[in-house]
Amino acid sequence: MADPNIVGGFIGGALIGVSACLLLLLNGRIAGVSGILGGLVSSRVYADWRWRLAFIVGLVSGAGVYEFFIGPLPLEIAANAPTLVLAGLLVGIGTRLGSGCTSGHGVCGLARRSPRSLAATMIFMACGAATVYLIRHIFI
Amino acid sequence: MSHLLSSFCIAALFGFGLSISEMINPARVLGFLDVGGEWDATLLLVMIGALSVTVPLFPMILRRAAPVLEDQFALPVKSKIDARLLLGAAIFGIGWGLGGFCPGPALAGLASASPNVFLFVAAMLAGQWLASRVERP
Repeated sequence: MADPNIVGGFIGGALIGVSACLLLLLNGRIAGVSGILGGLVSSRVYADWRWRLAFIVGLVSGAGVYEFFIGPLPLEIAANAPTLVLAGLLVGIGTRLGSGCTSGHGVCGLARRSPRSLAATMIFMACGAATVYLIRHIFI
Repeated sequence: MSHLLSSFCIAALFGFGLSISEMINPARVLGFLDVGGEWDATLLLVMIGALSVTVPLFPMILRRAAPVLEDQFALPVKSKIDARLLLGAAIFGIGWGLGGFCPGPALAGLASASPNVFLFVAAMLAGQWLASRVERP
């Protein structure tokens, strides 16, 4: 077992939960990052791009605030560049087809008691775990 | 205007939460997914922390006739578990397991100015765009 970040995990998780509740209460929107981003990246034009862009800029700024007041962002990237490109493509395609990611399905969808989100969350977690298992314990 | 300001501030809180919980760190995420190795419970704790807020509060918020700053709630309309959902979730999961990045942490991670994060985000945008071309309205 690796040492979990217990305090940071709970506090950070609660902040993410509060943030998702505020976006629903104030803006009436689901805090699903892939969906919010998806409205900016599309072959169709979305009229409501402004709040989406504000959200993306805010997301980066929040991490910037952490960097400014607390310290360097904890970021350890083991994958090489070609792997990251493949991973990015799959994450982009998958979240679009599957209508959501960890935040939209995992944090918000489960809170809405959505069967679709429960199914999606179980599948992407299982596939993520299977991928890591193959890479770390079978191929290497 | 106020809905843009709230969107920005709420997302900043989200990005800060991703940072302080270390979910921005692919090593933490891969540690959680590595059930056959040195399993890292942090992501589970983050999910518990987030769900302990959203699970009780979402139904209360959704009892309102409308959100505070908009005329109506914009909620997902699909309810059927179809092949598209399952296939998409599987593809996303494989990509997540390869890099340790999902969309929120990857975007927030841009604040680090790491070229590798930009590379991942560029590929993710390309993937979203490609998939959007096969979308039916």
